[in-house]
Amino acid sequence: MKEIVVISGKGGTGKTSITASFAYLGEEDIVVADCDVDAADMHLLMQPDFAYAEDFYSGLIAQIDQDICTRCGKCSDVCRFNAIPVINGQYIVEPLDCEGCGYCARVCPVDAISMNEQKVGQFYISKTKARNTMVHAELGFGADNSGKLVAKVKKESKRIAEETKKDFVVVDGSPGIGCPVVSSLSGADLVVLVTEATVAGFHDLKRVYELVKKFNIKACCMINKFDLNSEIEKEIKDFLQQENIIHVSSLPYDESFTKAMTNGQTIVEYDENNLKKILTESWEKIKQITKGVK
Amino acid sequence: MKIAIASGKGGTGKTTVATNLAHYLSEKEKVVLVDLDVEEPNSGLFIKGELLHSEDKFKMIPEWEKDQCTLCGLCQEVCNFHSIIKLGEQIMVFPELCHSCYACSELCPTNSLPMVPQKMGQLKHYEINNLSFIESRLDIGQEQAVPLIAQTHEYIDKNFPEDVIKLYDAPPGTSCPVIEAVKGVDFVILVTEPTPFGLHDLRLAVGTMKEIKKKYGVIVNRFGIGNDDVLDYCMEENIPVLAKIPNDRFIAELYSRGELIYEKVPEVKMQLNQIMDYIKGLKNGGTA
Repeated sequence: MKEIVVISGKGGTGKTSITASFAYLGEEDIVVADCDVDAADMHLLMQPDFAYAEDFYSGLIAQIDQDICTRCGKCSDVCRFNAIPVINGQYIVEPLDCEGCGYCARVCPVDAISMNEQKVGQFYISKTKARNTMVHAELGFGADNSGKLVAKVKKESKRIAEETKKDFVVVDGSPGIGCPVVSSLSGADLVVLVTEATVAGFHDLKRVYELVKKFNIKACCMINKFDLNSEIEKEIKDFLQQENIIHVSSLPYDESFTKAMTNGQTIVEYDENNLKKILTESWEKIKQITKGVK
Repeated sequence: MKIAIASGKGGTGKTTVATNLAHYLSEKEKVVLVDLDVEEPNSGLFIKGELLHSEDKFKMIPEWEKDQCTLCGLCQEVCNFHSIIKLGEQIMVFPELCHSCYACSELCPTNSLPMVPQKMGQLKHYEINNLSFIESRLDIGQEQAVPLIAQTHEYIDKNFPEDVIKLYDAPPGTSCPVIEAVKGVDFVILVTEPTPFGLHDLRLAVGTMKEIKKKYGVIVNRFGIGNDDVLDYCMEENIPVLAKIPNDRFIAELYSRGELIYEKVPEVKMQLNQIMDYIKGLKNGGTA
């Protein structure tokens, strides 16, 4: 079993549309994992059945029992996140500011502070319209610890792939370079970088690749909207060559991406011509590259 | 007046709105533009100014001094983030997991874990005419954007105490970096696109704004593509739609080169005027 993670650094490059196309083409040979838990959209294209759902608890938040509290103020003094202001003479925890470090609870002389787990999201295991299993999740509003939810989605999808003897886990990763991406990347066999031929796309590709290098994972790249700017496309290709990143394919600027999405379809279902051909060939190529990774 | 430009989904045009609006507003008055998308800051690709000031930003992490340490293990026990581990005769610190809460350091009975600064990123301050542009950039390998965003807010509050329009280009998503970015702002502009992904992520962003009790409005980018569901949703929910930026390949091409678009697309300038009117209305005490 090999794990393929699709990331992009920048949002809006077509990452999820492309990953969903691979998920559709992979049929029963794969397990799909949506690790973009902050803005999980792949279910809109894969129509999973949400067969199994579970609440996800993570991270702690301090809570002060006002009946026990003696208003000594030690908790507020030690809190580095200014999460315990005095409101109407009472020390109150601001849940959005509390990092869950528990320092306040440790210094409270009368044990008035408890640390409680928070429900931060929902976790699902589904069957999709492509007859494969999809592991996905939705993070609650303003929730912390998305990295941990990503780790949970990855762990479950790997477990299922191993138990059902599937060849690949295909992961839709998160944007940026922070903790959710780090969680998405850990343990991957191949990274597919989706970029676009814009200055911002190229800029973000270089930054996220710096991160990939730290993990020592083999990388390949797809350039979306290549015909928006042929100069940038060339610069990206030069960069790929210099860094030994395999250039899988380039896709044109094409409103079929949006039209397919509006129909709730993957691109390979919606488009019968050029895009379908490029994406099918790309998927075959990516499978070959992944099989070659030791 | 502090206005954040945010979105649930990435790539909907946050940076396009922030940079074009800031530049256009600065033709007439003083404006501060702040790029808080510290993981992937892009505003600087569109706004070029003279570098006025640059500073490294640090977070505090514990550093083990073994001389007095009795290996009691209290530090490992108090750390809720598993960033300190006692391994045999050693105390190991994993700085990328540390949230700088100081518990290990201050509770250590032998003061063997003093807090020391570790570089996490860099802040740069540029000036062009009436526009002050501040960008913060997280170092690769640093996992937490929140401390850098918080320190950037401090820099802005200290250096621009005057009441001018301050625009904050926020990170995408709905989790902790976004919350930190919009903390203290008066109004949030949510940029979306009229597609199922756009609508889905807009709902999440709206839910987040309600949760943290912020006033907000919507800008629909790439208007004309997709369907009407986003507009219908805004109408049902009584959310003001500040502007509709047309779907246009020419705009995408300008964007791809790092150019501002309002100077070349009259329709976009009109839409920016609408946004400006709305902001002026807010500033003069009008509400959403």
